[in-house]
Amino acid sequence: MINVLIHIGVLLAFPPLSLGLIRKTKAIVAGRVGPPLAQTYIDIAKLLTKGAVYSSTTTWLFTAGPIVSLAALLAAGLLVPIGSRAPLEFTGDVIVFVYLLALGRFFTMAAALDTGSSFEGMGASREATFSALAEPALLLGLATICVPIRALSLSGAFRAWTVGGQNLGYPATLAAAITLFIVLLAECSRIPFDDPTTHLELTMVHEVMVLDHGGPDLAFIVYGSALKLFILGSVIVHLFLPISVGANPVGATFLLLVGQSVLAVAVGLVESVTARLRLSRVPEILIGATVITALGLVALFYRGGP
Amino acid sequence: MLIALLIVLPAAVGLISFAVGRMRFALVALSATAAFHAVTTTLLVASSPRVAPVGMIWTLDAPGRFFLSILSLLFVLVTLYTVSFLSNATREGTPVPRHFVPCLLWFLTAMTVVTTTQHLAILWAAIEATTLTSAPLVYFHKRRGALEATWKYLLICSVGIALALLGTFLLGVAASASPAGGSSLLLSSLEKSAPGMARPWLKAAFVFVLVGYGTKMGLVPMHTWLPDTHSQAPSPVSALLSGAVLNCALLGMLRTFQVCLAAGEAGFARQLLVVLGFGSVAVASALMVGQRDYKRLFAYSSIENMGIITVGIGLGGAATYGSMLHALNHSLCKAGLFFVAGNVLRAYKTSAVHEVRGALGRIPLSAGLLIALCFAIGGTPPFGPFMSEFMIFRSAMQGPGLFFAIPFLGCLAIGLLGMCGVVFSMVHGEPKSDSPPLKEPWPLLAAPALALACVLVLGLYVPPLVAHAIELTARSLGG
Amino acid sequence: MTLTGCADSLLGFILVTDMIIVASSDIATCIRATALQGVALSLLPIVLWGQHGQLIHVATVSVSALVIKALVIPWLLFRFLRSAHVRRESAPHVSRHAAALFATALTAIAFYLARVLVLPMAMPSTLLVPIALTTILHGLFVLISRRLAITQIIGYLTLENGVFIFGQTLVSDMPFAVELGMLLDVLGGVFVMGVAILHISREFDHVDTHQLSSLKD
Repeated sequence: MINVLIHIGVLLAFPPLSLGLIRKTKAIVAGRVGPPLAQTYIDIAKLLTKGAVYSSTTTWLFTAGPIVSLAALLAAGLLVPIGSRAPLEFTGDVIVFVYLLALGRFFTMAAALDTGSSFEGMGASREATFSALAEPALLLGLATICVPIRALSLSGAFRAWTVGGQNLGYPATLAAAITLFIVLLAECSRIPFDDPTTHLELTMVHEVMVLDHGGPDLAFIVYGSALKLFILGSVIVHLFLPISVGANPVGATFLLLVGQSVLAVAVGLVESVTARLRLSRVPEILIGATVITALGLVALFYRGGP
Repeated sequence: MLIALLIVLPAAVGLISFAVGRMRFALVALSATAAFHAVTTTLLVASSPRVAPVGMIWTLDAPGRFFLSILSLLFVLVTLYTVSFLSNATREGTPVPRHFVPCLLWFLTAMTVVTTTQHLAILWAAIEATTLTSAPLVYFHKRRGALEATWKYLLICSVGIALALLGTFLLGVAASASPAGGSSLLLSSLEKSAPGMARPWLKAAFVFVLVGYGTKMGLVPMHTWLPDTHSQAPSPVSALLSGAVLNCALLGMLRTFQVCLAAGEAGFARQLLVVLGFGSVAVASALMVGQRDYKRLFAYSSIENMGIITVGIGLGGAATYGSMLHALNHSLCKAGLFFVAGNVLRAYKTSAVHEVRGALGRIPLSAGLLIALCFAIGGTPPFGPFMSEFMIFRSAMQGPGLFFAIPFLGCLAIGLLGMCGVVFSMVHGEPKSDSPPLKEPWPLLAAPALALACVLVLGLYVPPLVAHAIELTARSLGG
Repeated sequence: MTLTGCADSLLGFILVTDMIIVASSDIATCIRATALQGVALSLLPIVLWGQHGQLIHVATVSVSALVIKALVIPWLLFRFLRSAHVRRESAPHVSRHAAALFATALTAIAFYLARVLVLPMAMPSTLLVPIALTTILHGLFVLISRRLAITQIIGYLTLENGVFIFGQTLVSDMPFAVELGMLLDVLGGVFVMGVAILHISREFDHVDTHQLSSLKD
């Protein structure tokens, strides 16, 4: 019971802090002071108090987009272990996890297309391409994690991980970590794939899809993107967590939050150092991610065959 | 001692003639080396013991002796032809590159190493060296086609030989699993450790060696380089390529076959050989009909004959004797054919069949030799190939039976008909331009004539010395 | 780092260079990857056989492999590249993305085959056979799927490197002269092929082997 409460509490409260950390890191690397760490909380609070304007050409999809997306992400958050085991753990939750993310994405794209504007349509098509290429990488990366226990459960995988000492061995771990990091950058629209701070619609991918949302809808979207970063980041951090899931909930959660912060700083550093890729080069890096994790999977099967 | 001299001297003479660079010196050096090689080979063959000493890297066993003798004889014939060929070429305006004769000599060295070594890795290195030393020889006429042929030859053969190296290594790994003998790649130690070898490794090794050296031999479906290369190369080089190098690649493959025999995996190996051999015969015969380039026609004939030899080894028993005899026959016939082709090219300046008419009128002696050699290689009595092909056919009737032997014979017949069709169309008819009979220098005629004479002798009466050598070779190859 | 860890890392690095060679369209990158592969290959005998004694034999094999595979051959290739006036492989038969995925499939096949062909002797690393087979398959794939003559040579070199890895299992039983002979053969092969490319680029004004198809039946 305590686990569940801690899980839900952390899931609701922490994510915007990651976004703040990323922005702060980028600012420091650029030589600026940057916005305060809690800026995202203030933004969300401000947006919630505002009203929203809906165009008469939109339908219910437009209002449903942000809501469904946030709901899907919250549900996915209940499937991912955050330090301790996930509240909704069951066999096959890996597949549901991936499909919840896809559901959220689908509704975002549908809402964007619903506006009838060409900018949003462009963003939706780009998003569809990138996520189509990122999904195999994500699935294979998660498969690599689940192979040792032969069951499709994230919490189960991470529990067996350190308890039995059945580490994946460094090649597969490294491969999965690299791939999932690249998928994180792609799904959360970070610099190599999309610039979250650009104001030129032609260069946007994700930002342009949510261009016409305002008020509470925009608050849900901002919070949702923080959630997505947090959820995918948890999977990555768990690969390197030294203590097992379920042993010591408070301690494990604390360590995970430390890991999340490190990951946020890492993302900020990557964003500061690299430049936005040309759109035609994005498939290369995503296919590269797929290849890396496929190789790790091959090595894993070779070592301890099915 | 003698073997070392046999290997080192041609290489050294090659270096010297490259340094000197003058054609007359090179031709004299070439002739001297050929004569020396023949004499030394005779001495070696006469003086080497029947059973080779075990454990030595450089020694002659029965197959080595046999193939070395073929090489030596062939090189003498080729030298006889080349001296005149190169002199004519200089006189008629084609400059002879400086590296031509040295490459020929290094080519000879590489092939000598193949026949005299017992270590499979050195054998591999030597076969790769034959590819590298013969590639510059192919690009003689400075035509685009010759360049394309050189590139295909280099790439396809090198890849094939790399696969053969893999097979050789697999053989070593297989040997290391055996309790007897280490993983040395010496043939004698491989045969000793053969019964205990790990079977999957041995089978994989044979497959790779067959594919690899089979590429160099011209077995289908790895033969794609052969028609291009043998047709674009100058005639003496084609003669050497067809007559000597294909035999060397065959020897490389046979060494691994010997190991398979010693390990008791002969059945598996034989099946593969028969299948690939028959495929080569069928494809080559089909492509020989209606061929538009006569040098390409002879190249396909080489593929067909290599297929026949492979089938013979695969059938085993008396067919192995037939195969070895056919190797000798084919080398001589094919060399003769390419010599005559060179004469035709010299007279007509084209290698397209439809442009060559009335050769009997223009170059009567060459045309006559062409007809005779065509019948010879096709398997007509009283020439040698008839005897060898008949032996193989008889084994085919006894072994796999009629369902195999009749199509086999059919393919051979189609090949002969195809070749005759082309040759007769070239030989008869009115010449396109009204020109008097061309005077041909005697060496250009003597070389093919000698080859024909040898083949005729072999067809009528195989000298006991030769028969004995072939028998020993066949016995060590499971015949 | 244990010996197994060293050997595994080295072989994993060779796999990475393989993937770079298959998936890169910039020829200079391919040549540099080949050079890096040569360096890794020259370290392999030391790691695999260093503890068995015969240090001089192993060291000479390493040094000669390093000189030939990592220095001389890439230098030759860069010279031929400059003379052929090409920079990129612009239209291979298989696109780059498909090539990367295909190469991964080939790697999986190689690892599967390695489960069948188990080495009878004990080696520090279990990745030897699968990585050797992977390199061979990747080399063959590059040979088949590329058009330019220079990348075909690189494919041939990769194939030879794969066979070399396989040969590492037999280093102790082979006299050094034989190893040197094999290395020199590869060098000679590359040299002669490069000269052929020189002639081709001069004669045809391109090095696209797909257009070398005038000889046919």
